[in-house]
Amino acid sequence: MVTIRKTNRNSHLLEKSPTGIQGFDDITFGGLPKGRPSLVAGTAGCGKTLFALEFLIRGATQFNEPGVFIAFEETAEELGKNVASIGFDLTRLRRQKKVHIDHIHVERSEIQETGEYDMDGLFIRLGHAIDSIGAKRVVLDTIEALFSAFSNEAILRAELRRLFRWLKERGVTAVITGERGEKAITRHGLEEYVADCVVLLEHLVIDQVSTRRLRVIKYRGSVHGTNEYPFLIDAAGFSVLPITSLGLTHEAPEERISSGVQRLDSMLGGKGFHRGSTVLVSGAAGSGKTSLAATFVDAACKRGEKVLYFAFEESPAQILRNMRSIGLHIESFIKKGLLQFHAHRPTYYGLEMHLVIIQKLVREFKPSVVILDPITNLINAAGNTLEVTSMLTRLIDFLKTNRITALFTSLTAGGEHAEQTEVGVSSLMDAWLLVRNIESGGERNRALYILKARGTAHSNQVREFRLTHRGIDLIDVYAGSGEVLVGSARLAQQAREEAEAMASAQELDRKRADFERKEKMISAQVAALEAELSAERENLNCLLKQEKSRLNSMERSRLEIAKQRQADAQQVANGNGH
Amino acid sequence: MKTRVLSNGKANGHSAMSLKLYVAGQSPKSLAAFANLKRVCDENCPGRYHIQVIDLLKNPQLAQGDQILALPTVVRNLPTPIRKIIGDLSNTEKLLVGLDLKRAVAA
Repeated sequence: MVTIRKTNRNSHLLEKSPTGIQGFDDITFGGLPKGRPSLVAGTAGCGKTLFALEFLIRGATQFNEPGVFIAFEETAEELGKNVASIGFDLTRLRRQKKVHIDHIHVERSEIQETGEYDMDGLFIRLGHAIDSIGAKRVVLDTIEALFSAFSNEAILRAELRRLFRWLKERGVTAVITGERGEKAITRHGLEEYVADCVVLLEHLVIDQVSTRRLRVIKYRGSVHGTNEYPFLIDAAGFSVLPITSLGLTHEAPEERISSGVQRLDSMLGGKGFHRGSTVLVSGAAGSGKTSLAATFVDAACKRGEKVLYFAFEESPAQILRNMRSIGLHIESFIKKGLLQFHAHRPTYYGLEMHLVIIQKLVREFKPSVVILDPITNLINAAGNTLEVTSMLTRLIDFLKTNRITALFTSLTAGGEHAEQTEVGVSSLMDAWLLVRNIESGGERNRALYILKARGTAHSNQVREFRLTHRGIDLIDVYAGSGEVLVGSARLAQQAREEAEAMASAQELDRKRADFERKEKMISAQVAALEAELSAERENLNCLLKQEKSRLNSMERSRLEIAKQRQADAQQVANGNGH
Repeated sequence: MKTRVLSNGKANGHSAMSLKLYVAGQSPKSLAAFANLKRVCDENCPGRYHIQVIDLLKNPQLAQGDQILALPTVVRNLPTPIRKIIGDLSNTEKLLVGLDLKRAVAA
């Protein structure tokens, strides 16, 4: 049911003609209204002509729709030169009859008006141009030039109304450019006639930073993004940022990638970060955020992945030199084409422009890892955390949709508020590492915590974070007796503990020896006593023997005597001597 | 090309006026313009003008050369400088000024 209704509705929807302009088709959900005129208004130098010309050229080259460009301001040669700088060969397209350029030049001083006239000449020229190449697209740039050429405004307005109706009847998709007026959208109120789609281009300078913005004011019969979108004109032409049109629909890969620091990986469940996740490394000045980022870069490049590094504080050369000091030679990856640095001062562009540039470079380079170092400077440049949050949200959505892992560094003011200043952006992050300086015993040491890591079992432990000439090292901190000791305090504590352990081992040895000695002594005493006992026993036996032999010898003597006295045997036998 | 040449052959090379009248078909404005132009020329410089009528409906490619937008348009190529007069030429005063005939007449 739902699907049927949807298709029905779609068939009634306004047909659209894609412009091919990067991002514009996204915010208008398909391009400009097909077969109708659209108005592109803006101040001088805002890019109206380029927008129109790119619409025409891309139509001819990408969508097989030839186009006619009626130029009231510039000649075909001038236009050709203008677009050559963004890589289009207008002369070739004209030769191939894909684009027809008609330069209409009206010299007011040559003209004298007398009586009734109409603009049939323009219609005929336009019709002829359309027919000569079978054009589907038409650009009138800038038709307001007619207002300075002809004095009878009533005729002109009637004729313009007829012109736009005629363009609709011809079924061509037209772009009419108009100069921005002070009260109305355009100086001569063209929006009255071209009412289907109105696009406004602006070139603003806010806080001395220039930003180009595009807004679809009106789009009859179609939904469209209503925000002001930043756009960019550079070597690849016109690009609009459809960033806010992204939703939370990105996938969540299970794959994990190493942070480049083995101990950190093991703190993150042994496998590192999720691919496509967003990592924030925050910390006070000099806490090693860039080093952590560079280590991550090194690991990614070693896996053969491409990395785009946006530096907002240091020049690439400076980062490379500094990283060499901790044993990271990431410059070799630049030569291999795996690593690209882009260093800009944050104040160089407006915030939106940074976003445009980042997106553009990401689209071109197609990295799997992006580093922004540090995002704090963007906040300083914008002076408004809310804007930065909005920009980062859009950037993160964009990166996630493209499965790009991003690492942002952020400078915190330090002290106790390290976890509060980041609230604006931290909720956007999937993993948050905090490097803190711990000051104790007359020295500062770095300690690393994992404040959060979505979807990852992670250690709740504080690790001491050390920068050595071989890279980053994470060491267990001493966390006994209710305090955390790092640096030399940790070393001192370790030494103290070692000494204590040694002392107690020695004590044990001494006790054991003591016991052994006592044991020996006691057993010696036992032996001596036993010897005494046996001596006593011997003595006793000896005495018994002596007594016995004495008794025997006494008997014998008595018997001897009796025998000698010749007493009777009976008496002798009684033995009493009587 | 639908061309009508009107000339009485007595044209003097130096003072002859070469005029082109651009029109779109036989519209009332076209016809009025032609009639007005011919009348003014006959009255002010008889025999020293030359009118070529160009119908852009038949030859649209000719519009580009003289930068024609409004119709009808009279282009005076000679004598220089080039002058363009647009409209049905109903205002004779303006037409005379446009063709540089007014001053000549006044003098």
